[in-house]
Amino acid sequence: MSSSPPTLAPTRRAAGPRPRRRGRRTDAWLGVAGVFIVLAGSELLSRTGIVNPDFLPPVTEMYASLFGLLGEADFWESLWLTVRGWAIGLAAAMALGIVVGFVIGSIPFLRAFTNSTIEFLRPIPSVALIPLVVLLFGTQPQSAFLLVLYAAFWQVLVQVLYGVADVDPVARDTARSYRFGPLRVARSVIYPTALPYIMTAFRLAAAVALILEITAELVIGVPGLGRDIGIAQSSGNVPETYALVIVVGLIGVGVNMFARLVERKALWWHPSVRSETP
Amino acid sequence: MTVPRLARKAFMLLGLPIILVAVWWVASAGSTSPFWPPLQTILETFPATWTWDRIVQDVMPSLARLGIGYGLAVVIGVAAGTAIGLMPRLRALSEPVLEFFRAVPPPVLVPIIALFAGYTGWLGKIITIALGCLWPILLNTVEGVRGLEPVLGDTAKSYHLSPWRRLVFVVLPGASPRIFAGARQALSIGVILMVISELFGANRGLGAAIVQFQRSFAIPQMWTGIILLGLIGVVLAALFKAVENRMLAWYVGQRQIERGE
Repeated sequence: MSSSPPTLAPTRRAAGPRPRRRGRRTDAWLGVAGVFIVLAGSELLSRTGIVNPDFLPPVTEMYASLFGLLGEADFWESLWLTVRGWAIGLAAAMALGIVVGFVIGSIPFLRAFTNSTIEFLRPIPSVALIPLVVLLFGTQPQSAFLLVLYAAFWQVLVQVLYGVADVDPVARDTARSYRFGPLRVARSVIYPTALPYIMTAFRLAAAVALILEITAELVIGVPGLGRDIGIAQSSGNVPETYALVIVVGLIGVGVNMFARLVERKALWWHPSVRSETP
Repeated sequence: MTVPRLARKAFMLLGLPIILVAVWWVASAGSTSPFWPPLQTILETFPATWTWDRIVQDVMPSLARLGIGYGLAVVIGVAAGTAIGLMPRLRALSEPVLEFFRAVPPPVLVPIIALFAGYTGWLGKIITIALGCLWPILLNTVEGVRGLEPVLGDTAKSYHLSPWRRLVFVVLPGASPRIFAGARQALSIGVILMVISELFGANRGLGAAIVQFQRSFAIPQMWTGIILLGLIGVVLAALFKAVENRMLAWYVGQRQIERGE
């Protein structure tokens, strides 16, 4: 039970006003300055030859290469394939994890009975399945799909189980004394309690799904940005390698921001979100 | 504990795993499909495949690299994370950059590190593991230090604790639940990277061995590799949990009291 500190941490924050909070704008400007320092620093390292420019090309070259990519249809095709693989795998993992989690979580016997198996299967690294999916599907997108599904499913399942276990006993008893049917209980008692956990699951699973999608592309050769990175690197096109890594990183940032946005929209009524907005 | 309760507990713990293994055993018993060899065959090839020689040559180096890389990530992550968490201005300066590096899926670092360090030796692999594990630990440490109870900080100040003692007795213990949360995420990433880092170039190691089995269509051997890797993941997770339970015993107890258990 104790293993969910990353969830819902904001609720534990003290309610009082934080002392001497500097303006958000100052923070934003400092952030921009930080990005600029890193970009300028690596440009300088490369231009002066402190770091071999063959390994670390100047940032300006990386971005020139990036803008070159933006004009190529192949790049957009790869981007689309990566995002599509990520989205399908994540959606399947969410759907499966929520349904299985609700069923297992609301029946105490099942929960106790499956506990040891879940604890055993969860830490099995999904990359262990790489050889198997290669045999089964080769470089087809199904390979990536299976890896993404396996990795993201456990994240979702475990969070949903925590969420269902978190239901207030009084609410559950009240629902029972009003003779709510199982579906009604699931909808109006379990779901609101579990929703914050589901959102945490979404955030974690979205990041893991992207990691596994890119891994499958890079290692197995499933079409997508990951495979392009491998090709660019082995053909010695260093600026393009960096450009693609930057693109993948930006996708990751986008995924994180998207997950936080969904969390905010879905949980606008929840104290953990409401207390954050000043 | 009475005998029936003990039996019930054992049934709950072992029932499903035994059923699943039995189903696998029976369902695959007469299997002639090359991809799904009978479980019996897999188990029979296990001792022959993972001989002591192979464990020393392939498994030990992999685990050693994981240990070194992970250890580096913990030390650097906690040190840098504490510094950033204690200095608001530094945090504001570095936050967007850190967000970006965290969002980069760690496996794409492999081609870039391959440029710098080459990928035949240990160095590239250790750097890959350390860099991949660093971000969850670093960012969680920052959050943990930042979310420290203000009363604790004020109390330490009014008792005139020296900065060093404040760090050791107030800041680090206060942040430790979040640090452990980050370290747990990092551990599973580390195992993934341990395997992936061995898939590039001609190499030895656990991940490389499994892929070689697959490429040479030694399918039962490949399955033993998958099972071994799974077991390693499970053992590492259990070890982590044991360390965490020991070091965070105060926190677990506190949470139980808060929840009225």
